[in-house]
Amino acid sequence: MIRAMIVINNQGKPRLSKFYNYTPVEQQQQLIRSIYSVLCLQPENVSNFLEGSSILGPDSRLVYKLFATLYFVFVFDSSENELAMFDLIQVYVETLEKCFSNVCELDIVLNYSKMHTILDEMILGGQVVETNSEKVMQAVEEISKLEKVTAATKLISKSASLLWG
Amino acid sequence: MSGGGGPSLMDSLFQRTLDDLIKGIRLHLPGAAQSSFISKSLDEIRREIKSTDSQTKSTALQKLTYLHSLHGIDMSWAAFHAVELTSSPSFLHKKTGYLAASLSFRPSMDVLLLLTNQLRKDLSSTNQHEASLALECLSVICTPDFARDLTPDIFTLLSSGKNSIRKKAIACLLMVFSQYPDAVRVCFKRLVDNLESADNVQTLAATVGVFCELASKEPRSYIPLAPEFYRILVDSRNNWVLIKVLKIFAHLAKLEPRLAKKVVELICDHMKQSEAKSLVFECVRTIVSSFYEYEFAVKLAVVKIREFLLDSDLNLRYLGLQGLLLVAPNHLWAVLENKEVVIKSLSDVDRNIKLEALRLVMSMVSDDNVVEICRVLIGYALKSDPEFCNEILRSMLSTCYRNVYEIIIDFDWYVSLLAEMARIPHCQNGEEIEFQLIDIGMRVKAVRPELVRVGRGLLIDPALLGSPFIHRILSAAAWVSGEYVKFSRNPFEIMEALLQPRTNLLPPSIRSVYIHSTFKVLSFFLHSFLLPGKGVNSSLSNFVDIEPGFTYSESEQEFTEIDHATSSSGLNKRDTFTQEAVVNMLTLVITSLTPLAESHDVEIQERVRNVLGLAQLAQQEISCNHDQKEKMVDKVDLKTSIIIRLINDALSEDFGPVSFSAQERVPVPNGLVLEENLSKLDSLCADVQLSISESFSLVKPILLPTDGDSISNQQNEEESETSPAESMSLLAEHRKRHGLFYLPSDHNKNASSSFPPANDPNQRDNDVEDLVKLTEESLVLKRKPSSSRPRPVVVKLDEGERLPITVKKTDENDDLISGAVRDVLLGNEASLRSSNPSGRRKGESHSKDKVENSETGNLSKRRSKHRNHGKNVEDKEENSEKSKKKSGGRHKARRRADGGIDVAVQKQVIPDFLL
Repeated sequence: MIRAMIVINNQGKPRLSKFYNYTPVEQQQQLIRSIYSVLCLQPENVSNFLEGSSILGPDSRLVYKLFATLYFVFVFDSSENELAMFDLIQVYVETLEKCFSNVCELDIVLNYSKMHTILDEMILGGQVVETNSEKVMQAVEEISKLEKVTAATKLISKSASLLWG
Repeated sequence: MSGGGGPSLMDSLFQRTLDDLIKGIRLHLPGAAQSSFISKSLDEIRREIKSTDSQTKSTALQKLTYLHSLHGIDMSWAAFHAVELTSSPSFLHKKTGYLAASLSFRPSMDVLLLLTNQLRKDLSSTNQHEASLALECLSVICTPDFARDLTPDIFTLLSSGKNSIRKKAIACLLMVFSQYPDAVRVCFKRLVDNLESADNVQTLAATVGVFCELASKEPRSYIPLAPEFYRILVDSRNNWVLIKVLKIFAHLAKLEPRLAKKVVELICDHMKQSEAKSLVFECVRTIVSSFYEYEFAVKLAVVKIREFLLDSDLNLRYLGLQGLLLVAPNHLWAVLENKEVVIKSLSDVDRNIKLEALRLVMSMVSDDNVVEICRVLIGYALKSDPEFCNEILRSMLSTCYRNVYEIIIDFDWYVSLLAEMARIPHCQNGEEIEFQLIDIGMRVKAVRPELVRVGRGLLIDPALLGSPFIHRILSAAAWVSGEYVKFSRNPFEIMEALLQPRTNLLPPSIRSVYIHSTFKVLSFFLHSFLLPGKGVNSSLSNFVDIEPGFTYSESEQEFTEIDHATSSSGLNKRDTFTQEAVVNMLTLVITSLTPLAESHDVEIQERVRNVLGLAQLAQQEISCNHDQKEKMVDKVDLKTSIIIRLINDALSEDFGPVSFSAQERVPVPNGLVLEENLSKLDSLCADVQLSISESFSLVKPILLPTDGDSISNQQNEEESETSPAESMSLLAEHRKRHGLFYLPSDHNKNASSSFPPANDPNQRDNDVEDLVKLTEESLVLKRKPSSSRPRPVVVKLDEGERLPITVKKTDENDDLISGAVRDVLLGNEASLRSSNPSGRRKGESHSKDKVENSETGNLSKRRSKHRNHGKNVEDKEENSEKSKKKSGGRHKARRRADGGIDVAVQKQVIPDFLL
């Protein structure tokens, strides 16, 4: 299964982190730090694997891809295929690209909950549930619509309560 | 509306949004400014989150979740608010609540109980996105209680018309199963049905993914499903699905060879045809790890591996090397075929690739090529960056040490290799090299002359003393030079090396090893001078003869009986140590060590004083006798000679390796109760401490003569009475009696022996002779007649020498899951089997329960009975045979009970075309 998905920028700041097994947040932060400490030493143009077992325990593998200023990191075990995980990173980034055309780090910083929404459409409980970015987009758009509807009604009711409350 | 002391309307109107928070954090520099901003925001959040307005609450929770997830802020205090929001009619707020829950809830939280009903409600929501939220949350925070209570709802979703929900429900099952294995009994059938969902690839992928996880834990239970997986392997064109199915077959094929035969060709077809590298690699991995008996398949896989190895993509090259590493144990030819690529990869820029190549090179090592490979690797180590250089050295050391130097035949070569490693700049493996130098010295007698030669080379080089990394190795060199000084060609030179001025660069612990070695060298020197022809001189003849290329094997016999051998040739060589040489050495020792007699380090001080005491005594007597130097008889009568004889007796016995388990094997003496409560000692100890603190002196504190004390006092007195010389001879005697080992087996069963036998007398493995025979036998089997020289004897203790490897235990839950799966899949078959009376009784009692339950028709009650089942399984699982029989009865019971309900598990037809 996939154990975690982490997005870190090249300064070591986490932008998104999702652990699929319960992990206390202090431990999450610790893991992110130690992953980054290895990542930042990786020279350019090398393979995108990291020796995972020293940081993350036995039977854990780690792949990453660097897009502009962001590292996209997947941690998983022997039930996943390494190259498929690269594909999954690709799908995730493609979806982001579709969501925010010309996606940059700021988009990702400011759309924290949307990042989670997209991820949740792709992976659930550590299992890959969707790999088609079109379909992910479709679901994400539906969800945004649902969010807006409720947000709008709230706003109306709030202004109404202001008037008459 | 805005009543109470809590947040006001103003708060909710001018509330900071998540965006504002993020921008604020970005505006403040990391450090104090940022953390004060965060704590200010936290105060706001604490206020806002209490708001009755759900919009305000939701925004506050959103901000808090963000801070929790990315800044590590604790939010357990807000758990209730998250639960509250999940029940909001607004989708946005519900989503915020669920996100907070799935990112922050601990399994132990009380508040989880409050979530059950909301989860159930949302799972059955008509809005698929609401159901998704609940499933996502459940998949992360699932507890046994959640799993038990929500299993029926998830069961319903498994056949949902909406694919997006069905696949998520399937993915969620894995967590549910692991928390509540009895859910398998309910959901398994539908899960299997989903294997046929050809209409939606993602549903199938999720299903296969779940089976892949389950099979990785306990594959045996899923063999009956092999036909389904086979069909998918044939039909599916989706790489994600195929990869998972391949992984399943990799697990199953290890258990069922007939299955492997059926599938292997199919996998080869995929390997040949697929364009997707991920699938090709998975095929390769499956073949080489589980189907390695099929030569043609492995050959094809190796071709593919080669393609990977030659690819320009570094990731593929890395995986290619990994694939090769998987082939290596069974088909070493594949590695040898790609030897050039592997060796070339050692100097790749990519660290991963280099490391993998190194592992591969190490996998190729055998006793035939170890010399050659090590030569190549040393070359690479010199060229590499320090980190990788050490990695190379580390793997060389560990490979050569494997199974107590199994692959080393020429120890002379290996010892000089160790010395060569020591001289490599940035070598940080000093500790391991130190260990191996001493270990080899103790285990392999034949290598000691070479070891001493190598040690000399390290010791006499003053440049080496300047590098702290090498100090540990020098310590080993000093130790072997002292311990085996009898093989030295020039003890005087060793003494000079041990006392050279630059040794003050050494840390005290190592310096004291140096000084102790001077003691050994000195006593050897004096012994040879004063008592020629008594013991050591047999080797004395040797050190004159030893040349760098000297082979010692023919004089093996002499080594083993070194203490009894009295070689006449020694007398002739006696004049190697002239009176002058001895006087010179004594002067050297005294002048070099006298300043250290006041050292602040007690260890150094003590050892220096030992050496000086001996040296000064000898100096006095020998210079007195200077005039009558021809009178041999006098020499023997000297005080020094007597002491030297005693010391030499103590030192001449060999150290042997000590088994890791030696201590465990010491039997507890009669009358010693280890677990005895020591509270009685408290009053006693208090007295002791008191007396020490009252008067701090070197005189032994006088203890109150209580019952227990008088004995220990007596013992103390006895101990203090024994003189140092006596204790030395005692030690020597002890060493003699117990041969090479500190704690050997006691064969004559000497009951009066004051040393308890360390080994179980039955364990004959420890017997040196047996071992020698064993190793010789294995040598005969392995060794080719071509080898020029025989491998020297390596003293090897029993298996216990290596640290025990902990066997991986399967999770209890996994057992329960697989037990349940087996019940579901093979249940009918089992029920037909004749069950023994007890099993039937068991079944009947269950069926009674069941009938009652089905009459009440209450779902939840029935579920709780399922839980009871789980407990039963748990209780009885110890005896697998029993439980198998039982499962028949149990299953029968459930069939009867669940008769009319959709949960019923119908007979699973297992076509046996594969099995």
